[in-house]
Amino acid sequence: MAKNSAKDIEVTAFATHQIITQPNPLRKVLRRVEEKDMDDPIGRAEQALADLSGEFKGWMTTEVNRLSAAYVAIRHEGFSKDRRDELFHATHDIKGDAATFGYPAAAGVAESLCRVIEHAPDLEKVPAELFTHHINAILAIVHENTKLDSISVSAELSRRLRKVADDYLAQVNRDRPEHLEVILAPSIVPAE
Amino acid sequence: MFRIDFNKLRFLICDDNPHMRRILRTLLHSFGAREVYEAEDGATALEMYSHYVPDIVIADWAMPIFDGLELAQMIRQPESKGNPYAPIIMLTGHSEKRRVTVARDAGVTEFLAKPISAKGLYQRILNVVASPRPFIKTKTYFGPDRRRNTSSAYMGPERRVGEKHEVLQQPSLLDKARSSI
Repeated sequence: MAKNSAKDIEVTAFATHQIITQPNPLRKVLRRVEEKDMDDPIGRAEQALADLSGEFKGWMTTEVNRLSAAYVAIRHEGFSKDRRDELFHATHDIKGDAATFGYPAAAGVAESLCRVIEHAPDLEKVPAELFTHHINAILAIVHENTKLDSISVSAELSRRLRKVADDYLAQVNRDRPEHLEVILAPSIVPAE
Repeated sequence: MFRIDFNKLRFLICDDNPHMRRILRTLLHSFGAREVYEAEDGATALEMYSHYVPDIVIADWAMPIFDGLELAQMIRQPESKGNPYAPIIMLTGHSEKRRVTVARDAGVTEFLAKPISAKGLYQRILNVVASPRPFIKTKTYFGPDRRRNTSSAYMGPERRVGEKHEVLQQPSLLDKARSSI
């Protein structure tokens, strides 16, 4: 279904480019329904995610353990490309997954740590405390998340770490305008 | 009002994180999809792409061997024997504007910033199924039309010449990424 035959593809040539049009190969999967149609695929999917949520705590623990292990390796053996990449990927996964798993503050801290790893000109010169504070914060948020009174503390912790990290990045990138521009640009992800 | 018959669609999910693959698979099956294939790295994804000929590819940006961006570039080969036109939805934790631009220039059809939601994913799939864009081939680009706004004032080096079509009015990829949640 996914591909039209060559005779269905129409190519219009211009001086600098071609425009290629073809019948929509996926049109057959569209079905017109009454406005009162009760089927709710999004609601069904949200319910399925809710049913899955019992596993999120375990998944999140796996993710933070991976992050801890990545940093322990760096503390023992220093930065190499592979160790730097593993630290970044572990952090980046938490940044992307934590909010889905119910830990939005951990996602915020992970985003801040990702920015440090991506934009610090020399990772060896980054104060170790900047890494450990971020990682310890993520561990604490994940372990304490079930306590209601810890939610606002987690959010505040996330905000403060981001401020510290941004101040550091602005300082060390003051002569690197292309990085400064990226650091100061707003995220495309809406705020919580 | 339109609905998608998900049971007629074949999906390929490419993500190195098993938890995210499980989330995506759960969402797609809940929508009604039956055929969902999974790859944990870009090389396996490309092999599965050729073998299973999916209708829609959902790829993470950061993956081992080669990443989602490189996967998109390899799929968007106009002379390939496979299907270079399949919609590619880039799912990523990267959240900077420049990343959206880079993904767009690699031939990505839609961009979905994490955290993922059922609504965001459904809307992206509906977009690629119901509103496919024409493809553009230039010396340096092959992929869905990147223009989503008309700017008659733009006279820069990237302006196409010899045009006779008006540009389709659609929200920009960046605006859509912003409204993903």
